[in-house]
Amino acid sequence: MSATDRSWEPSARELERRAVRRQRTRRDVTVATVALLLVLGLLGVGITSSPGWDSVRESFFNWGEAKASFPEVIRGFGKNIVIFLVAEPCILVLGVAVAVVRSTVSPVMLPFRVLAVVYADVFRGIPTILLVYLAGFGVPALRLTGVTTNTMWLGTGALVLSYGAYVSEVFRAGIESIHPSQLASADTLGLSRWQSMRYVVLPQATRRVAPPLLNDFISLQKDTALLSVIAVFEAMFSAQDYNNYHFNYTSLVVAAVLFICLTIPLTRFTDWLGRRALRRQFAGAR
Amino acid sequence: MTALLEATDVRKTYGDKVVLADVDLSLEAHDVVCLIGSSGSGKSTLLRCLNLLEDVDDGVILFEGDEISDPRVDRRGVRSRMGMVFQAYNLFPHMTVLDNCTLAPRRVHGIPKDEAEQRARDLLGQFGLADQADKHPDRMSGGQQQRAALVRALCTQPTLLLLDEITAALDPELVGDVLRIVRELAEQGTTMILATHEMAFARDVATTVCFLDQGRILEHGPPATIFSNPREERTRQFLARVLPAS
Repeated sequence: MSATDRSWEPSARELERRAVRRQRTRRDVTVATVALLLVLGLLGVGITSSPGWDSVRESFFNWGEAKASFPEVIRGFGKNIVIFLVAEPCILVLGVAVAVVRSTVSPVMLPFRVLAVVYADVFRGIPTILLVYLAGFGVPALRLTGVTTNTMWLGTGALVLSYGAYVSEVFRAGIESIHPSQLASADTLGLSRWQSMRYVVLPQATRRVAPPLLNDFISLQKDTALLSVIAVFEAMFSAQDYNNYHFNYTSLVVAAVLFICLTIPLTRFTDWLGRRALRRQFAGAR
Repeated sequence: MTALLEATDVRKTYGDKVVLADVDLSLEAHDVVCLIGSSGSGKSTLLRCLNLLEDVDDGVILFEGDEISDPRVDRRGVRSRMGMVFQAYNLFPHMTVLDNCTLAPRRVHGIPKDEAEQRARDLLGQFGLADQADKHPDRMSGGQQQRAALVRALCTQPTLLLLDEITAALDPELVGDVLRIVRELAEQGTTMILATHEMAFARDVATTVCFLDQGRILEHGPPATIFSNPREERTRQFLARVLPAS
């Protein structure tokens, strides 16, 4: 701004304050590090000194078995990824559609609203593992022509129906959180109900529900393992298969590690997205 | 008489942007200081620095004789003796007005429930809100909400009250209600610092008026001097724009 600003030098008091702040930061970092090492150390000692540790290490954390089972488990894990990638877009479409139908007001839409409510209630009520069973074993038993009997795709359909119900509720919460004044101002511009939903409400709602939505998808990544109950050769089933032949559980730990490697990046991404949304919404406000 | 609050050479920057520079401010008990100046001149930032919502980048702030700009200071202790009211009221929407007003007295100051509620009801009554005590803030008008926010700040019996453009979000009809109460508080001897755009009010009530421009207190003095005979050209320009032509 003015010349005096450029010539500004911190006063002795300010320098002293900065020294105090630095000193406090150093102290905080030291305390945090010591606390972390202490807790982790105690946990490690607690687990490894338990009486059964040696046999657990042999049957769950065996490096040789891990290497041997890895090719089989990772081949199965490829299926988990495919299931996830196919299911996710279907769930999004289904969830948005059901949520939008539920927020319509026109009398003609009543039957669809009823269907949407029944769908959401029923499919959120049934445990996902039961849905997977019913789809995987029940649908082929119907002997319908033209319907696949591939349990992998039937199981994926069950996941879509189950998660679609959850995601529709997430979207509905987002739609209902948009302030009525937004609808009023869309109305005054002459937008139709559908147009205000499409251009005004949904974009804002989606932004708002992104974190819980991604949370559901992290959950979906793990639940692809449920398809092991209908003998789909995905990571979990492959790991069990290995265990059946070699009597060692390390293959299951390998599958667990693979799932963690898949979910952690999405988890971090969700956190980052949530923080960014907060920063934008509350920029400069405190 | 010693100063209740004394700020010396206060400086605040956001990155490269200097928001406050070389700000000196001193006030004694029962003073009413009005900060005037255009938007972005640093009025709100100054209040937030005094209340420790923002850390200053240089300078010293003394409150009741203690340096509160020291990083080691007990911030909650300082704030428990300072009240602040915001432009957007910032009442807690999930609580009734009475709960809003008794939260800090009960949880921070450890005052028993009955006593805290009695004091809150007395103050609400004084401010014409006796029948609003059990309502939630969203059910009240803006003027009522702002008066409730004032009561909430007063319930902890602060020695200094900071008011940040408290009438800026109200329509003209409601501004009067709130200003009348601030005027009463001033007459009762409450020490206050206000950032305000209400020039007529500042002229009537203030003991000192400070004109801020680009983060500096360009000029300060009794309202009569500032409004009738400002020293700086910049102050004259500002007043010419905001005061109705007479």
